[in-house]
Amino acid sequence: MEIIVCVKQVPDTKDVRLDPDTNTMSREGVTSIMNPFDRHALEEAVRIKEEQGGRVTVLSMGPPQAEEVLREAIACGADAGVLVSDRAFAGADTWATSYTLVKAIETIGNPDLILCGKQAIDGDTAQVGPGIASRMGRPYVTCVQKTREVGADHIVVERMMDDGYDVVRLPLPALLTVVKDINEPRIPSLKGKMRAKKAVITTLGAADIGAEEQCIGLAGSPTQVVKVFSPEPRGDRAVFTGSVDEQVDRLVECLKPFI
Amino acid sequence: MVEKEKSVDYFLTEDQQMIVETAWELTKNKILPARAELDEKNEFATAIMKDIARADLFGIFIPEEYGGFGGGCFDMVLAMEQLARGCVGVATSFAACALGIYPVMIAGSRELKEKYLPRIATGEKWAAFGLTEAGAGSDASGVKTTAVLDGDHWVLNGTKQWITNGGEAQVYSIVALTDPKKGARGASIFMVEEGDPGFSYGKKENKMGIRSSATRELIMKDCRIPKDRLVGRKGTGFITVMRTLDLSRPGIGSLGVGLAQAALDESVTYAKQRVQFDKPIIAFQAVQHMLADMATQLEAARALVYAAARHIDAHAKKISKVSAMSKVFATDMAMKVTTDAVQVLGGYGYMKEYPVEKMMRDAKILQIYEGTNQIQRNVIGQELNKEYAG
Repeated sequence: MEIIVCVKQVPDTKDVRLDPDTNTMSREGVTSIMNPFDRHALEEAVRIKEEQGGRVTVLSMGPPQAEEVLREAIACGADAGVLVSDRAFAGADTWATSYTLVKAIETIGNPDLILCGKQAIDGDTAQVGPGIASRMGRPYVTCVQKTREVGADHIVVERMMDDGYDVVRLPLPALLTVVKDINEPRIPSLKGKMRAKKAVITTLGAADIGAEEQCIGLAGSPTQVVKVFSPEPRGDRAVFTGSVDEQVDRLVECLKPFI
Repeated sequence: MVEKEKSVDYFLTEDQQMIVETAWELTKNKILPARAELDEKNEFATAIMKDIARADLFGIFIPEEYGGFGGGCFDMVLAMEQLARGCVGVATSFAACALGIYPVMIAGSRELKEKYLPRIATGEKWAAFGLTEAGAGSDASGVKTTAVLDGDHWVLNGTKQWITNGGEAQVYSIVALTDPKKGARGASIFMVEEGDPGFSYGKKENKMGIRSSATRELIMKDCRIPKDRLVGRKGTGFITVMRTLDLSRPGIGSLGVGLAQAALDESVTYAKQRVQFDKPIIAFQAVQHMLADMATQLEAARALVYAAARHIDAHAKKISKVSAMSKVFATDMAMKVTTDAVQVLGGYGYMKEYPVEKMMRDAKILQIYEGTNQIQRNVIGQELNKEYAG
């Protein structure tokens, strides 16, 4: 079974600070990590490979330093890493990103299964996975919390819903996006780390994947981030003290006019 | 837990850094969340031991030809220090696997190595070291377990006491007398496996500390094992035991170092947060001096343990003295530092909600097992005596 896992290198959001002057994220001294949801997607792919046989390739669109997460993925069981990187990809929104990743996937092969994390913790759109599947005409399920059955030509999964879960059967080839409940990712092993150190990461540019100029990067992005800001706190503030009963009485008095 | 910059650079190689990172990742993600409950319930850390196996850590010291990493004493010390920052019970279980298989590595035939080492390397099988008996603790020569040759089998009779990993391991190196009349020259080592006829376990001990490590009696009653389970030449048992302990003692030192590091981390963090008399208590010299002494003794112990490990890896001829020094210094230090940590945390330190009381309970055994700290001083004294011989 050929599996491709799409991973993204993101800032560790615990460390993120807003630069008040430029209103953009201050990246200074912020550690970069593999997007946590992608870590679960990778773990699921490796588990499926261990049971069914096959190969797991990790793919990322990013700057040269994104190679770090590809090596981390190899240390955790992926067989190979591909970095798709080009100045021309900069400024891409989710539309241009899914285009680019699809061109890269088609260059690599025709995977039976594509796995993605539900969303990236910096963008939070959850659009790229479905975007890839739609462009490729593949059936897909998002928010997968468990893979029940993997066959040669089908897969059965549980899709997490607000009030429970659905059981869905899809034909292969297909795409899944996963939630954290799906598994407990393994610690990178010593042998894995050694493999990762020696691994050759394939780097592909726009020309290598046959990407059209007007479809990638800023040029290919129908949406643009115009401004990022912390909203100013508005309105009066009040702090209630006293016993819990006293505080509750005062709170109820404040809320009464609005009920 | 606060991740801090290393205080002292020991110029680790990339491979050594990888070992440290792998072991710490495991400690942070798997040991820290589970340690309090395992301690409370006196439960063996089975799941964590399996995670350690998946991380390839059991294979660190096994030669590459048998599927291991081909590392030495220093690599083991680095891994064990990180595991001990999490829980000395888990780290002890890990250490005992190495202790249990060192006799095969030191004295075993090629067949014996091929039989056991690959599966120890993957962590598929765990090992244990069976020396101690009710009448043979510090006086190891007081061993009474016997092994008698009967055709193609050895028949073992006797009971081992307080064996780490007893009942959890599958492979046991057992010290038994093959020639009771020859005293210290009459002992040999045998590999006994779970399932061998006549081999059973006693009840699990209820210990003060390292409660995530399982300690049991091993009972051999007409236990029959194939002839080829003898490790090395008959009668060389105690020589192999001494060489095994020389190799493993810096590892126990590193448990002390890791434990004390964890205790120091908790102490400094607390002292910066706890406000009394309008100041964080770290502002008071009494507390600061305690922390300073803790940190200094810890660093000195680390340096000595690392030096001993590197000395051993350089295939030095004489290793007993420095090996004993690293064990005695680092474990006495760990007992003092963990006790001081409880003191710094005061009332909170005494409560089980905070991790330092467990650290103090765990520290005590380090001064006792693998040769009491009194025996370590004997070894050092005897070596000094030999060194200065006219």
